Amino acid sequence: MSIIRYQSPEITAWPSFNRWANLRGEMNSLFELPVMPASGRHTQLFNGWTPPLDVYQNADNIVAVVELPGMCKEEIEISLHDGTLTIAGQRIIASNEGEKAERTERFSGKFRRSITLPTRVDAGKVTASYKDGILLVTVPKAEEAKPKKIEVSIE
Amino acid sequence: MINNQMRENNGAATARRESEKFITPIASVKETPDGYTLELEMPGVSKDGLEISVENNELSIIGRRNTSAPERTLVHRESSSHNYRRSFEIDPSIESGKIGARMSQGVVTLTLPKAEEVKPRKITVG
Repeated sequence: MSIIRYQSPEITAWPSFNRWANLRGEMNSLFELPVMPASGRHTQLFNGWTPPLDVYQNADNIVAVVELPGMCKEEIEISLHDGTLTIAGQRIIASNEGEKAERTERFSGKFRRSITLPTRVDAGKVTASYKDGILLVTVPKAEEAKPKKIEVSIE
Repeated sequence: MINNQMRENNGAATARRESEKFITPIASVKETPDGYTLELEMPGVSKDGLEISVENNELSIIGRRNTSAPERTLVHRESSSHNYRRSFEIDPSIESGKIGARMSQGVVTLTLPKAEEVKPRKITVG
């Protein structure tokens, strides 16, 4: 996993006015974050950008869902190699001339998430969609990995 | 100028929603010559799930996820199913009537314009 964390240097410079109110707000927002040790949001606070990843499956597909707000399709890379699905990318948050960052919580930089697929899959039929900042990757299971119903006739 | 506001649990505007659990979306604030730009990450929320209000200098943004639960078994979960909510106390110098909002790929961008009288201006001596 790449641990590249970039935050605008401005974040360390407290605005001179209302300093304590800001600090209090900052502390407060720490407590407001959901307390879930396995959560992507939680680790993100300390380790760089780890977008939350969910995995689902049904009889035909394995579905990976990643929260990637504010990206372009082109910035997302999906690869499947040796039964490992990897979703990686880079988000560049541009700052315009004359802008001054007051609070920077959003991450700018790279991320990489990998999952080992539990069954054999049909690598040629992987599909992905990106909507409302959520990436959904559908990996069809290989024919032989699908559950089969075998009729047994009893005589 | 924009502070994360603290009265979240006893504010009149939020009290009526006490029973619902929310998570705090990630936010970035930038100051521009004309005002402020506020960006909040709300993956899973579309334009229709947004609720933005200003009440007594309190700007509050609520984002409700599109709930679609297809037929499948959960194997591993890191995301939260809760909706998003965050409030900010806005400076009186911001023209609250002219706040603009835009939503794209789970990111809400709010533009908060400064009132004309507080914008920096050059005065030339004639």
